[in-house]
Amino acid sequence: MGDTPQRSAHAGTGGITVATGHEWAAGASARVAETPGNPRTPVDNGMGGGGALPRARSFGAERAFRGLTLAAGTAVLVIIAAIAIFLIARAVPALRANTENFWTYEGWSPNEAQPKFGIGTLAFGTVLSSALALLIAVPVALGIALYLSHYAPRRLGTALGFLIDLLAAVPSVVFGLWGRDVFINPVRDFSAWLNEYFGWIPIFGGDGPFGRSIMLGSLVLAIMVLPIITSLSREVFLQTPTANEEAALALGATRWEMIRTAVLPYGRPGVIAAVMLGLGRALGETIALAMTLGITFGVSFNLIQNGGNTIAANIANAFGEANDTGRGALIASGLVLFTITLIVNITARVIIYRRREFTESAA
Amino acid sequence: MSTTVTTHRPRPTAQPTTLRARRLPRYAAPLIALAALLVAAGIVYGTGIGGPVLVVVVAALLYLAGLFAAANAVEGRRAARNRTWSALIHSAFVLAVLPLASVVWTLVSKGVERLDGNFFGTSMNNIGARDPNGGAYHAIVGTLEQVGIATLITVPLGILCAIYVVEYGRGRFSFAIRFFVDVMTGIPSIVSGLFVLAFWVLIVSPMVNDGRPGFSGFAAALALSVLMLPTVVRSTEEMLRLVPAPLREGAYALGVPKWKTILRVVLPTALPGIVTGVMLAIARAAGETAPVLLVAGGGAAINVNPFENNQSSLALFVYQQAGDASKYSPARAWTAALTLVALVLVLTIAAKLLARRNRLGR
Repeated sequence: MGDTPQRSAHAGTGGITVATGHEWAAGASARVAETPGNPRTPVDNGMGGGGALPRARSFGAERAFRGLTLAAGTAVLVIIAAIAIFLIARAVPALRANTENFWTYEGWSPNEAQPKFGIGTLAFGTVLSSALALLIAVPVALGIALYLSHYAPRRLGTALGFLIDLLAAVPSVVFGLWGRDVFINPVRDFSAWLNEYFGWIPIFGGDGPFGRSIMLGSLVLAIMVLPIITSLSREVFLQTPTANEEAALALGATRWEMIRTAVLPYGRPGVIAAVMLGLGRALGETIALAMTLGITFGVSFNLIQNGGNTIAANIANAFGEANDTGRGALIASGLVLFTITLIVNITARVIIYRRREFTESAA
Repeated sequence: MSTTVTTHRPRPTAQPTTLRARRLPRYAAPLIALAALLVAAGIVYGTGIGGPVLVVVVAALLYLAGLFAAANAVEGRRAARNRTWSALIHSAFVLAVLPLASVVWTLVSKGVERLDGNFFGTSMNNIGARDPNGGAYHAIVGTLEQVGIATLITVPLGILCAIYVVEYGRGRFSFAIRFFVDVMTGIPSIVSGLFVLAFWVLIVSPMVNDGRPGFSGFAAALALSVLMLPTVVRSTEEMLRLVPAPLREGAYALGVPKWKTILRVVLPTALPGIVTGVMLAIARAAGETAPVLLVAGGGAAINVNPFENNQSSLALFVYQQAGDASKYSPARAWTAALTLVALVLVLTIAAKLLARRNRLGR
């Protein structure tokens, strides 16, 4: 508190003192005048009209606190940079040791004397399972979000929205456990049924065993990202200006027409962002997929046969018996995953920031 | 607008029945549903291609088609579309509730099997494949320590970072921090685990550890704090922005320096919201498996020292028990999962209730 009252005392001195040196202007308070030893005389700071203000201390509490917060802010950037740097540093030796092409080789045996590993099949599995999960989850999630925001009674909608938020917090390992202990049975029956009647379509072909397949993994993933997409889109739908909705209804639109013409266009950027965030979560999901996929290496569009693998699931599965090169190889695959999710997230954020400007200018 | 409607026009002389659009009678929808169910059962059982589940699926499709046709004939195309979409939206809700309800039901029904004192009082040390006992004491200790240390790291760092962004930061640098905090929200947990593995376990800790990789609970805490940091920063940032400007201005007018205004006026006002954000971050971190698997290694014995040797956590315990071949391990896995979900949900619900009581609100 010491410095600010002085500041107000100087405030009245204006610019006169700059010319008069040690002479205090009329506005200076007696208290300041009584302390001739004050080093911060106006002439010292050599400034212009505001020169009577005390110079900020070169090291005060204000400066220190500001520096502290600046350091904390910089830490975020440092962490992101450090993630990239350390992953690259550990990945490069393993990539040098790789005797096969990292992008195209189908297999993962980095622990041998001749390390061979390739990211191709894993990246394919990651993208395939995430894409399928979103394909299933997005329409359902939007349906629930619309139900909660525009169809359900308000009180029920709020309560169920709260419940959906809670489900978004359930750890992925629980979904993984449920997927491999419980959900696998109906999925296996369904796969066998699909294979029997639609086996002529390549994605439902093969002759078993069924169950721990891309389909199970994608369905579990879909169930996991469902609450996230639902809760984000519900918020966006609830923000639709009431005036727009009422205008549509007043023009004689049915409820669905009101949703199509007022709610969906308004919410589109928000929904896209929610889907992208869900995609980011699906791409990075580790444990649930490590527990539900039947880990194999190979590019296959078959959805129902045992198999499938993703980058993250492979890291969790292969980490236990990895040696030094093996760890490096896994870190290299993690780097690829990091890059993919970074691109997805940055795209989502750019969309959100654009929308923010859009809604602010609209309001 | 209401003042202008004063003139009384003569009512049009049309018949009242033509003023209202024709509507399907109330009993139409259940009737169509019943018919769809019967037809579907006839088709499915007649051709013998499936069981009751297929009947329901086919019936749902038939119901949608029938409803559309009936409404189209009586009420017109627009109303028919409205009815069909409405039915679709309701069925999406039912479709999603089924698996989620199944998760909750399985969790509770399978989780109570081992919900006893032994489970919470013992570890998995010396528990072989034929032992029905064994518990998660070591895992609970691990979870609490790791999340506790991660919170100690994250909360000051996150709050200071948010203060910089809201109170001091200007221009491009501050925008970059905000943007990358948002991007950081989406970093997969396994990547943060790999980062700490590369940085702490394999490079930094061997320097003090005679070159051995230092798997420890502390490393897991580091990985968890990378995951918690963006959540804490974002929620704190939002709460700081909600603090009314007159409060700050009042403090400045009294001659309080800025840093003291922030610490004594702004932060206490925003505190409930910040606590909510921190609790949500803790709930997320407590459920993470992958980073703990990579950098804490897991272990069967009780290890209360987070800085040395392997440690387990509840989520990792679930994963390891699920992968175990013993016939007793699924029960342990489900009980641990129930414990974990209870922990996470208590934190989440408390956080949401706190947010609801928050004066600043949204």
